[in-house]
Amino acid sequence: MKTEVDNILETYKGAKRDSLIPILQKLQENEGFLSKESVEKVSKYINVPTSKIYGVATFYNQFKFSPPGKYHIQVCRGTACHVLGSATVLSEIENALKIKTEQTTTDGLFSIEVVACIGACGLAPVISVNGEFHAQVTAESIHEILNTYREKEAKDEK
Amino acid sequence: MKNSNKKFLVEKVLNNTKPFDKNTLLTLKQITKEENNKPIIYIGAGTCGLGAGAGKTKIAIEQYLETNNIDAEIIAVGCIGLCSSEPIMDVKLPNKQRVSFEKVNNTDVNNILDDVFANKINPKHILAQFKSDTQEKWDNVIDISEHPFFEKQERIVLENCGIIDPTSIEEYIAKGGYKAYLNTIRNYKSKEICDLIEESGLRGRGGGGFSTGKKWKFSLNTEADQKYFICNADEGDPGAFMDRAVIEGDPHKLIEGQAISAFAIGATKAYIYIRAEYPLAIERLEIALKKAKEYGLIGKNIFGTGVDLDFIIKKGAGAFVCGEETALIHSIEGKRGMPRPRPPFPAVSGLFEKPTIINNVETLANIAWIINNGAGNFNKYGTATSKGTKVFALSGKITLTGLVEVAMGTTIREIIYNIGGGILNNKKFKSVQMGGPSGGCVVEQNLDIQIDYESLVEIGAMMGSGGMVVMDEETCMVDVAKFFMSFIQRESCGKCIPCREGTGRMLEILELITTKPDNSSNDALVRFRGIMELESLADVIKDTSLCGLGQSAPNPVLSTLKWFKHEYEEHIFDRKCDAGVCQSLRIFKIDVDKCTGCTICAKKCPTDAIIGSRKAAHYIIDDKCIGCGTCDEVCKFDAIEIL
Repeated sequence: MKTEVDNILETYKGAKRDSLIPILQKLQENEGFLSKESVEKVSKYINVPTSKIYGVATFYNQFKFSPPGKYHIQVCRGTACHVLGSATVLSEIENALKIKTEQTTTDGLFSIEVVACIGACGLAPVISVNGEFHAQVTAESIHEILNTYREKEAKDEK
Repeated sequence: MKNSNKKFLVEKVLNNTKPFDKNTLLTLKQITKEENNKPIIYIGAGTCGLGAGAGKTKIAIEQYLETNNIDAEIIAVGCIGLCSSEPIMDVKLPNKQRVSFEKVNNTDVNNILDDVFANKINPKHILAQFKSDTQEKWDNVIDISEHPFFEKQERIVLENCGIIDPTSIEEYIAKGGYKAYLNTIRNYKSKEICDLIEESGLRGRGGGGFSTGKKWKFSLNTEADQKYFICNADEGDPGAFMDRAVIEGDPHKLIEGQAISAFAIGATKAYIYIRAEYPLAIERLEIALKKAKEYGLIGKNIFGTGVDLDFIIKKGAGAFVCGEETALIHSIEGKRGMPRPRPPFPAVSGLFEKPTIINNVETLANIAWIINNGAGNFNKYGTATSKGTKVFALSGKITLTGLVEVAMGTTIREIIYNIGGGILNNKKFKSVQMGGPSGGCVVEQNLDIQIDYESLVEIGAMMGSGGMVVMDEETCMVDVAKFFMSFIQRESCGKCIPCREGTGRMLEILELITTKPDNSSNDALVRFRGIMELESLADVIKDTSLCGLGQSAPNPVLSTLKWFKHEYEEHIFDRKCDAGVCQSLRIFKIDVDKCTGCTICAKKCPTDAIIGSRKAAHYIIDDKCIGCGTCDEVCKFDAIEIL
């Protein structure tokens, strides 16, 4: 049976080594992370050993090897955000969700990632939830933001 | 309409070399929306605008138009650069000048639009208006060029950002876009373009500061069957975001600049290596490239000149070191982004071992302007060694944040106080960090130096990509040094030992200084020795690292050590952080007279460092206290003191 991974790989016919990163990016976009199975398939497809692929994938911050939460929170830790208190924001999010950075909540709803700089320094501190930006966040406003996603989830379930 | 516009633009603008006639001029004004029949509402929807709530504002505008039955066009534009005023909404009524409003949240939309459509201006939100020869002015509204934030700016790179529709190639062409490119490939030889850019004095804006024209000549003079031109849009410096703003707000400016540059070295393949963290910029770039292809501005035999050029977007995967040229090349080749020793330089042997030039977004965004206006008009700006303008990203503890483009040679004080409006909440200025993790701090006494590549290096900072993070009295400089060190340590690729191990050791020392002392007798000695080691370690890392990342990694520490040695000493000997940032150095005490024995602090203390029985005064065990301050936050009786 053809899986989605196969379908993605087919769009890269004749791909060479320089397509490795775009392929991994596409797979992660689709699955949310890089599973062992898909890495093995990529290995066969472009004829590069899995060890080499993992060598590349683990080098870059973007690639993940376990499934992220439904709402993936990226906390910016750039200079401007740091100066304006992003460390407090991060620890507040960790406390509120009772997980640490790089972890996912047990209900699979939230996960936290620290990123170097989102590039919205003028509105620091900034976080992004599934690509949606929230500017000038504070230890207080974090709870409101998390709640909007929890409410959204509750609504979706109904 | 779109197709007829295309035919018009190709025939009457791109293929026309004579002055425009009256009809053409009028059509151009319609395309750039200077002349409009129905109202247009612009909303600043760059990443910062969206972060500030532009998405909700846009929905509110749509609802307003629907309920009031108004036929108007809504256009999402990029960022004009004044981040602290986002969301920004502009309104262009027929025959009136375009007028701009700041801090427009979704709840403000109704009031502002009610007023505008009744020909009134909402005084609370007004920002400025844009000059036009043919349109009627608004009364009592300043022109954008008179606004303090914009008054001192010289906009070359940012000229269109936040003003034109970034998804419309038509608007870009109607504003004179791609004229420089077609002029180049029709009338110039590659070498002439290299000479012109060298004469303009343009230097790399990504940090290196090497003469752009000279760099190109290395590749031009190397014989090869294939050459590559890469745009480095992997803007990794925390605190810099001008490249993102240019791509989001005016993507064709980059494409045109890179197309000219590729021609100048004889490259037929152009790569744009862009951070995956910039999804909106990638989207805008993809749209722009597609449009440029439709117009025949990229592809084979461009406008019948025989010039070929293909563009490929490569998304970075999140590695700071990929800003280094050879690491970036490895990343495009699908390998780990690790630098290699040079020579051979990429200009001679780079991507797939072919001659390759890598320039940063801001550098390339200057090129078309230089072709159109001449080298002389560009190098009239600036100082003896640094020509043109530079975009700075103002952020941190400053009143007005955003992107500022000023002529080289402007003083740092002018940028912070005249353009940026001074320090946030009237606090005292401490320093401004320039050049990101490779740069350093600029202190009060150096604020009056004129910015250029050399003067910044002299005072221990650097141009870098132009990030300026302002810090006030509440910022701890040891903590800032630690922040940069942990960033560099995380981002070090691990290839060479001095950088990999050295930065880790430096970070350890800084952590030791900023954590709670263990009270043993030789603690201060250990801490002091740490500082001595910091300096010698820094020297070794600088001298022996392979690439720019390692060679400049100790800069933030050295610079803070130079200017803020007293803060380090305070941390070591007095075990105090005056700014109150280094949490674990704080010592808390409970005021026994104020404590009512409610026990809430004891319950909330994460380390059980507070003891005391109910309704009796509580005490803190210093050895257990980690200085987190939770007790201070939860105490309702103001009984916790910080010593």
